[in-house]
Amino acid sequence: MKFGVVIFPGSNCDQDMVHVLRNVMGCETKELWHKDHDLQGLTTDDCIVLPGGFSYGDYLRCGAIARFSPIMKEVVEFANKGGKVWGICNGFQVLCESGLLPGALLRNNNRLFICQNQYITATTHKSAITEQCEIGKPLNIPIAHAEGRYYCNEETLASLKANDQILFKYCDNHGTIHADSNPNGSLENIAGICNANRNVFGMMPHPERAAESILGNTDGKVLFESLLGILTTV
Amino acid sequence: MFIAEINVMPLKELLDPQGKAVEHGLANLGFNASKVRIGKRITLEIEASEETDAIAKVEEACKKLLHNPVMEYYEFTVSKV
Repeated sequence: MKFGVVIFPGSNCDQDMVHVLRNVMGCETKELWHKDHDLQGLTTDDCIVLPGGFSYGDYLRCGAIARFSPIMKEVVEFANKGGKVWGICNGFQVLCESGLLPGALLRNNNRLFICQNQYITATTHKSAITEQCEIGKPLNIPIAHAEGRYYCNEETLASLKANDQILFKYCDNHGTIHADSNPNGSLENIAGICNANRNVFGMMPHPERAAESILGNTDGKVLFESLLGILTTV
Repeated sequence: MFIAEINVMPLKELLDPQGKAVEHGLANLGFNASKVRIGKRITLEIEASEETDAIAKVEEACKKLLHNPVMEYYEFTVSKV
């Protein structure tokens, strides 16, 4: 599997992601410039990552302008053909704004930019990025956002549940999901979801910041291993 | 040429943390204000032959970019320059 990491003006986690994919996971990784229409030969067997940051200065709404950049036209087409697209933090916001994922990310209920290590747990195995996660096991993954409060209407929430589209929830250090372990006021502690076709993933936490022992935390690596089909040795 | 004045507001059922913060600030000043909501005001000029055309264009801009129906609603007026 090859990767493409999109770089918008204001992206700031793109190089962290490129580094993890190239140097930690050993994958061929292309950098996709927002003004290009060129996916540099990526096929639907590959994966495009929308990284964290503040694309277009978060003007109007987070992710709202990025959605209209030339590369996003290609990304939407790629996703509609079945290619995998993974949005992290601002990338998740872009995916919601572009309609590839349902719902929206609102301002955190405590009004703060939250930058901390946060426990999340996978809530389903049925996605390429959670296949090898142990359900209920807490993963300590950094979050860094001001607009991360996931929200959708009741009807959408019901369909997310019916189709098993909720991938991650915020939890405590025992893996228990409750109101006190919800950092930003997200609906039902939702930290990440996928689309109904299960090829588009969005999450607020940053696994690329927790994928190397030199950084003191490898809890995020299992997501990359799942995606690449590498058996973990835990 | 028409001028559009557009208000984009958070949906009524959603918590608006910004509004809450301002409400507290007003309370500290002794104002007894409640239900403070903060949105965006967007003004723009648009070329159109007549008012109905201008309204249709602004409506489209609101739907496609200026508001996100998951979290916001909008209202606007247009007037001839």
